[in-house]
Amino acid sequence: MRRPKNGGVWMILPLYLFTIVFVAGPLLYVLALSFAKANDGYGVTWAFNLENYKRILDPVYQNTFKQSFQLALTSTVLNCLIGYPFGYFMARLPEKKKKHAMIGLMLPFWVNSLIRLYGWIIILQKKGLLNHLLKSLHLIDKPLKILYSYPAVVIGMLYVLFPFMALSVYSSAEKLDWSLVEAARDLGASKTKAFWTVTFRLTLPGLLSGVILTFIPSMGLFFIADILGGNKIVLVGSLIQEQMTRGSNWPFAAALAVVLLILTTLMIMLYRKITNAKQLEGVGWE
Amino acid sequence: MKNKLIELKDLTKNFDDQQVLRGINLDIYENEFLTLLGPSGCGKTTTLRIIAGFDEPSSGQVLFNGIEISKVPPYKREINTVFQKYALFPYLNVADNIAFGLNLKKMDKSVIAQKVSRMLKMVGLEGFEKRDVTLLSGGQQQRVAIARALVNEPKVLLLDEPLGALDAKIRKQMQTELKKIQREVGITFIYVTHDQEEALSMSDAVVVMNNGEIQQIGSPTDIYNEPENRFVADFIGESNIIEGHMIKDFLVEFDGYTFECVDKGFPENEEIEVVLRPEDLDIVEPDKAQITGVVKNVTFKGVHYEIIVETESRTYMVHTTDYAEVGRKVGLSFGPEDIHVMWKMGAY
Amino acid sequence: MSRVKKNSKFASVYMGILFFLMYLPIGVVIVFSFNESKLPVAFTGFSTVWYEKLFNNHAMMEALRNSLILGALSTFISAVIGTLGAVGLSKIRWRSKGAMEYISILPLMIPEIILGMVLMAFFYMMGLPFGMLTLLIGHTIFCVPYILMEVKARLAGMDPALEEAARDLGATPFRAFLDITLPLCMPAVLSGSLLAFAMSMDDVVISIFINGPKVSTLPIKVYTQIKTGVTPEINALCTIMLAVTLLILGLYSLVKRINQGEKTDEKQAH
Repeated sequence: MRRPKNGGVWMILPLYLFTIVFVAGPLLYVLALSFAKANDGYGVTWAFNLENYKRILDPVYQNTFKQSFQLALTSTVLNCLIGYPFGYFMARLPEKKKKHAMIGLMLPFWVNSLIRLYGWIIILQKKGLLNHLLKSLHLIDKPLKILYSYPAVVIGMLYVLFPFMALSVYSSAEKLDWSLVEAARDLGASKTKAFWTVTFRLTLPGLLSGVILTFIPSMGLFFIADILGGNKIVLVGSLIQEQMTRGSNWPFAAALAVVLLILTTLMIMLYRKITNAKQLEGVGWE
Repeated sequence: MKNKLIELKDLTKNFDDQQVLRGINLDIYENEFLTLLGPSGCGKTTTLRIIAGFDEPSSGQVLFNGIEISKVPPYKREINTVFQKYALFPYLNVADNIAFGLNLKKMDKSVIAQKVSRMLKMVGLEGFEKRDVTLLSGGQQQRVAIARALVNEPKVLLLDEPLGALDAKIRKQMQTELKKIQREVGITFIYVTHDQEEALSMSDAVVVMNNGEIQQIGSPTDIYNEPENRFVADFIGESNIIEGHMIKDFLVEFDGYTFECVDKGFPENEEIEVVLRPEDLDIVEPDKAQITGVVKNVTFKGVHYEIIVETESRTYMVHTTDYAEVGRKVGLSFGPEDIHVMWKMGAY
Repeated sequence: MSRVKKNSKFASVYMGILFFLMYLPIGVVIVFSFNESKLPVAFTGFSTVWYEKLFNNHAMMEALRNSLILGALSTFISAVIGTLGAVGLSKIRWRSKGAMEYISILPLMIPEIILGMVLMAFFYMMGLPFGMLTLLIGHTIFCVPYILMEVKARLAGMDPALEEAARDLGATPFRAFLDITLPLCMPAVLSGSLLAFAMSMDDVVISIFINGPKVSTLPIKVYTQIKTGVTPEINALCTIMLAVTLLILGLYSLVKRINQGEKTDEKQAH
């Protein structure tokens, strides 16, 4: 609190300049762009209008939004179901094993996500490992078509986003004062009751931050839908990318981005409101 | 008369909208062990930081040998600090920590080594040169911090609650040692603490602060025996504080009785407050004292008993080596010199 | 010390399965990169033919070179900006401080797709030619927060009195920064830099918006290859990238361990 100025100004200057020019600048530009009008060919006309936002409501895109939202929801719910126990169990490991589990969880996270997804392609494709295995076990006659389908995209999303959920829950459960659980048990709560009234309540911030960390990216990770879903699944992210490259309607893409951003902000604000936390749990992954 | 070394004149300091110092005037002399004493948030640490140069006063002056220094950066002041949590540089060993300031002055290596070992000897850490500071005990880290400051031969050493992190036994030991070191190096120590016992046992002069203002400046004996107001009386040791009237010089009235006292100079019938230290009170037979009451509670405190006596008007705390059983009717006796009359304070 | 109760058997099995699934695709990629056959169905025999093919693939090698240059440069620039920024932020008391801190971390919070799209539009508006320059700026944008956050966390755990002590002992503010703050932050700078470098080497989504028609990075190359057709060459490439990231990770954990080592030392002293 009581810190005088001592040369802080020249140190802060590069960060201020860089952040204003290259972070705040582009964001504001895109916000402006979302209110502009797209020309027929390339380029934009700077005439304020809300057409781009109205267009989002167009039935043509409704389906994309619905599909994208559904996918995000599915993968997030599954992620909670799978990731919560994982993070919880991890926090209950003895110190040494905890460290190992942490490394185990972080390691794939460091491997390029494309590589890991590519591994799934090998496994899931028609003549891939999974079908090969199932066939040799005589469980199926015809190879299953998993790759380039909805489940494949969900698997991919889960796979890429799982560590975020597990780490969020873990960092919350790790801080949990287990004596509170013991106190609840001591006061007569059953094991289940103690879990729901104490453990779950106190680890909820972690779960919620996990939800935010997985839900928003699930709508934007177009390359997962792209390589695991073929052309069948179109996400909001895919739509933005398409509009930026092939469709070349930048103002519309900008409007989509703004909506997605507002959604992100709202979710984070909601999270803060619920948990009174300032930062997402487990974001600073250490 | 000793020379004035530092003069603080009308110092104020605001942090955001909060005023933490409200006009501090203080003279600090050469070769003096001065303690700034007060509860947390009273402004004592801020005063110290202004003297060190880490904070600038919002208004007022800091004179060092008569020269205004409040805008002089800390590294140009002949003042060094021992920090609360020692602030030893974790990646430097003991010797390098102590030599930090000397190295900055580009002093000769052999001279530095000599000075460092002399300092280590003074603080009782001979042969600790190559030790890792993070592996030292709290008391040892404390000594290194003192050595690191003193090796620069400052005119003034500032100590910000330096013993706060130590346990009781080592704290006592360090108190004696600090006093010894101060006499040895013969410079001014300005010591900040909230521990009144520490302040009274080490200092030549104690400055009691509260709420950004100085309450009283004086020798430990003065501060203890002649508190100037209720805050000081309350903060320094335990006391019975009683509202009353000064009838005239040497005569005071409280609890419905009049007593002779040694205080004078108050207007007649002035409303005042009286301090009676618990250890100045004696338990006597009821007919031998004006104030009488019933013993409500007795607690053994090791050397003495703490006896709570309830009278008609209030409860008194008495520290005495004589036992008095609960329920007994007793009288409270004290002499004129035990009554300390203070100006009545506004609400603080 | 810990009063954590033991997990049940179920917990171990559960975690075991998930760990297996986590590593399965990585293992598959490594194994098949040494496969003789082109079809990734069964392992027909050990061969390094795909590695040879890969090293003779000029476009691929070019992409690798681009990625390495990009990663190194953007990491370096963001290390400078981020470290100075974090230290500076801890000193100033400006009103804009909180907002600035928030905005500078935004690139981590914003979905990558949006950041990519936003930068593409912005660079186009600025008239910057798409290529290494735009990639460099783009990567620096999302690398800065990693370093900023790491250094900030380190500074938060640091006693501000340390720097004051240095100045008290005669160091100018600049010397105090060089002699005290910087060395104390160095582990965080290093770990943040490694993280940033790995993120730069990993990024597809943002890069694909701002790379322009001529310049390709390794992840982009992998992405297009996976989309167009699968060849075991990719397996080989993936294995190499894996080796590189593992190397970085090894360094990272080493740095972290040194950090942690210091922390436990401090704990012992108290």
